[in-house]
Amino acid sequence: MAVETGAQAGGSAQAAPAGPGSARGTAISVSELTKRYGEIEAVRGIDFEVARGETFGFLGPNGAGKSTTISILCTLIRPTSGRAVVAGHDVATERDTVRRNIGLVFQDTTLDSYLTAEQNLRFHADLYGVPKAAVAPRIRQVLEMVGLWDRRESLVRTYSGGMQRRLEIARGLLHAPHVLFLDEPTVGLDPQTRSSIWRYINELKQREDITIFLTTHYMDEAEHCGRIAIIDHGKIVAIDTPEALKASVGKDRVQISTADDPAAIAELGERFALEAAMHEGLVTFSVESGEEFVPRLFAQLDVAIRSVSVARPSLDDVFMSYTGRTIRDTEATGADAMRAMAQRFGRRR
Amino acid sequence: MATPTRTQAEAAPAAAALTHTIRVAVPERGIRQDLRAAGIVWRRELIRFRTDRLRAVTSLIQPVLFLFILGTGLGALAGHGLPDGVSFRTFIYPGVVAMGVLFTAIFSAGSIVWDREFGFLREMLVAPVNRGAIVLGKCLGGATVATFQGIIVLILAGLAGVPYNPVLIVTLIGELLLLSFTLTAFGVMMAARIKQFQAFMALTQMLVMPLFFLSGALYPLNGLPAWLTVLTRIDPLAYIVAPMRRAVFSHLNISPAAVSELAPGVSWAGWVVPLGLSLAIVAVMGIAMVMIAIVEFSKTE
Repeated sequence: MAVETGAQAGGSAQAAPAGPGSARGTAISVSELTKRYGEIEAVRGIDFEVARGETFGFLGPNGAGKSTTISILCTLIRPTSGRAVVAGHDVATERDTVRRNIGLVFQDTTLDSYLTAEQNLRFHADLYGVPKAAVAPRIRQVLEMVGLWDRRESLVRTYSGGMQRRLEIARGLLHAPHVLFLDEPTVGLDPQTRSSIWRYINELKQREDITIFLTTHYMDEAEHCGRIAIIDHGKIVAIDTPEALKASVGKDRVQISTADDPAAIAELGERFALEAAMHEGLVTFSVESGEEFVPRLFAQLDVAIRSVSVARPSLDDVFMSYTGRTIRDTEATGADAMRAMAQRFGRRR
Repeated sequence: MATPTRTQAEAAPAAAALTHTIRVAVPERGIRQDLRAAGIVWRRELIRFRTDRLRAVTSLIQPVLFLFILGTGLGALAGHGLPDGVSFRTFIYPGVVAMGVLFTAIFSAGSIVWDREFGFLREMLVAPVNRGAIVLGKCLGGATVATFQGIIVLILAGLAGVPYNPVLIVTLIGELLLLSFTLTAFGVMMAARIKQFQAFMALTQMLVMPLFFLSGALYPLNGLPAWLTVLTRIDPLAYIVAPMRRAVFSHLNISPAAVSELAPGVSWAGWVVPLGLSLAIVAVMGIAMVMIAIVEFSKTE
């Protein structure tokens, strides 16, 4: 058993040591992956690769297949067909090796709230076989990384939701995994706490040679990723950097509220040849240059306009252009039922 | 395990640890890893027990009630068949000690259901270790904690007219350990299947009282009606209460004839089961239930 003490980053030309078994360059490689639960096909043949050191996000509405995919990659459920290789090992045939090389942060807390933060980490260290000499310094390091060193002797039940999530991230890192999986890392947290979690994640990327794979249905969270895959109905519909995806949409989004929305939609179609639709209760459409279009709209539209908003392309628009709806639209549909089902399947194992 | 050691910077002094990443190479799975995992699961039970003083106190209430209230109250009535110097309290004492570990052991096992509901079970099940190690650690942890609880009841021995004889105490502790292990294994086996804590508690309550009442803790096992004789013989608890009672009575100041009359051991159609076999039955049951629990937990996730 060895403890390697490597000088961190510092612009050193020395290549970071490749972890045992991790194929240099590729952290995750997925091909033709499917998962079906009886009649329901939760994941319908997806392919993608994640490079080492990348922060890769799976963006999609609830029930799109994100949780199923991340569970397969973490070896928690077996794929129906296809292949997934994580840190150089097949998730179906080399389960234990994959588990040794990954860190997991689940959506729901998996801490023992009657133990202290330090006891939780010690438990994890022994369970994962962290070399004994490395346990204490490594615990200190990860706790300092998430700003909880001072609270290490407090029972976890006295922690706030954000602190618990930070502790889970610290624990996920404790055994120095090659890939860290974060399933909806900031779901259920207030905006301020969410941004502080991201500050810690971004800092951690500076310090550790690690690949991060996360799922989210928050657009702003996806912006933190180097690359994102948009997943809908079990399929990847787009995959690129957030900037490239936004550039590919190219159009501004205009939302108006009018005295008679159906009439406005019809008129926009006839007079401007624009395809408008109701989203979030507003008449929504995309045009090349929103600022220049709005004056024309006021001058020529017969229906009275009550309000108008113009937005540069955001990931929301990217999502809409690939799926035909906004991510918030999907919340109101049967997606919740799907998600509840997926979670039940997920829990039953 | 020969993991290559790579040192880019010379071994960093403790103070420099903050600016250096501590690289950790998680070793291959092996027997040492499994033992270490079982060890930490066991230790967690102890930590939880130590911090939960309320539980330690409340699970003492029942044995004390049985021993002093029921034991004294019924003693006036039931004491006539006992020789001089042996009170009814003394008679039921071994059974009450067993009772002291009964609830604690089952409750320790039940924390698996609790852990499942609150997510911590997941942390254990996704770890790259043998499930057997986790189940074994849990059973040994529950057994240790329950035995501690039993030892507290042992301290009351004097009040029940039982001497503080070192041999007796060591014998009783050994028997308690065996009993606790089997009970925890039973609970863990049940916890593998039951997903809700409420359901687990309800089911164990339903099982625990009959187990206790049929164990012969409160009455001798000989001279019972046939139906009750059969029921007591299939109660595993009877096979531990009998040796415990024999141990207590053989350290009292009474004639050997009285000992074999009051603590005859379990008999099958007139044949008295030897104490060793009696204990072996309990041990085999415990081991069998641990095996079942390991199989059950290995199937999940």
